Amino acid sequence: MSVLIEVDKLTKSFGPFIAVDNISFSLNRGEVLGFLGPNGAGKTTTMRMITGFLSPTEGTIKVCNNDVAKYPLQIKEKIGYVPEGAPLYGEMTVLNFLKFIADVRKIPSSKLDIAIENAVKKLGLELVLYQQLETLSKGYKRRVGLSQAIIHDPDILILDEPTDGLDPNQKHEVRKLIKEMASTKAIIISTHILEEVDAVCTRAMIIAQGRMIIDKSPKELLKGSPKGSTLDDVFRTLTIGNPGEIK
Amino acid sequence: MNTILSITKREINGYFATPVAYVFIVIFLIMSGLFTFYMGGFYERGQADLTSFFDWHPWLYLFLIPAISMRLWAEERRNGTIELLMTLPISTSQAVLGKFLAAWIFTAISLILTFPMWITVNYLGDPDNGTIVASYLGSLLMAGGYLAIGSCISSLTKNQVIAFVVTIAVCFLFTVSGMPIVLNFFSGWTPQALLDTIASFSFISNFTDLTQGVIDIRNIIYFLSLILGALTLNVISINSKKGI
Repeated sequence: MSVLIEVDKLTKSFGPFIAVDNISFSLNRGEVLGFLGPNGAGKTTTMRMITGFLSPTEGTIKVCNNDVAKYPLQIKEKIGYVPEGAPLYGEMTVLNFLKFIADVRKIPSSKLDIAIENAVKKLGLELVLYQQLETLSKGYKRRVGLSQAIIHDPDILILDEPTDGLDPNQKHEVRKLIKEMASTKAIIISTHILEEVDAVCTRAMIIAQGRMIIDKSPKELLKGSPKGSTLDDVFRTLTIGNPGEIK
Repeated sequence: MNTILSITKREINGYFATPVAYVFIVIFLIMSGLFTFYMGGFYERGQADLTSFFDWHPWLYLFLIPAISMRLWAEERRNGTIELLMTLPISTSQAVLGKFLAAWIFTAISLILTFPMWITVNYLGDPDNGTIVASYLGSLLMAGGYLAIGSCISSLTKNQVIAFVVTIAVCFLFTVSGMPIVLNFFSGWTPQALLDTIASFSFISNFTDLTQGVIDIRNIIYFLSLILGALTLNVISINSKKGI
């Protein structure tokens, strides 16, 4: 298995506040890593650093054996990214938006139609191709965000809360899509929804207050805890302490 | 290069997909007409030239250009689309240039649409068309200067109103730096050489030179280096936000 992402002693501070504190991990092709953690734990900041949107205060990130700080453009070509909230250019139509992304991603014109068709089909966007993005429902917006991330068939997918705002059927579809792509890519998703980790992830990493607390498979995560507990219980124990304490 | 053009294309389409483009062009044309005929005294002057048209351009741009430039980066920051843009394989300078070019081309389109003025003056008399061409060129270069300053300021904030107001203030200083309002402040306690330098930064004096019909390379270099300088600061400002 080839290592696609290597994160070494990654730290990010905003003034006195340490958002990400000394996180290290590596990710192979075929793995789906779930970032779990309470709001403000540092999940989004970590993803922003891997995609090159923020630069780390300390530590290094290697993507496909290249340092993100040294070769930002080459690395960005290998990554498909859905930022938090899936921001889009509201005045564009879905089709024009996808064409723009394909254009900037330098997809050759001979493959352009197929690439767009695939991205559209996988996320079921056929009916809204000519609609302006700002007129779409939250679910559709999210799916357009996902389709722009997979249009160039990247080695690495980084998805910040990809199923937020989707209805149960759409969630199911997106999870199915992630599973389909899992064998050929390295995928990182962040989520609050623990069943999602169970459904799609091969590894779960719990982050709280910028620190990595645990890095195991979802099954192992359950193993160490009392019988009958769910991932929810494990999550609460690890991030707060005793689950019984909160109320 | 292709990447820059992709961004430029997207931006220009964006102007025309919203009412922004049409509102701007219509207001620009109406205002430039009003200024030329009423305040500039186009007929009263009794001369077949476009001096009364071009003389008002610095003041027209002072308020209209910041309205275009304010959204260039502030809107991306507010909507979060800057995260999408800057995680595509695009360098910061490509993004800055692409957006600036789009705004500049858009201004050029508005400027070209003032051509009835040119036709009118040719119908009424026998103007020096060489001078008019030089004036159009000067006007476009000056618009580029205003836009570059505006783009740079827009990258410092996510609030478009702040970008608009600050851009007007900074552009005002550049516009009038050759006038007594600025020079009187410095004269008396600064050496003449510095005074001349400040005066030479004036948009109006550099633009007026070009509207005289003399294409002086110094005026062109002035505007181009101003654009380059402002856009370089623009790139630095965007890159520095990565580190915070």
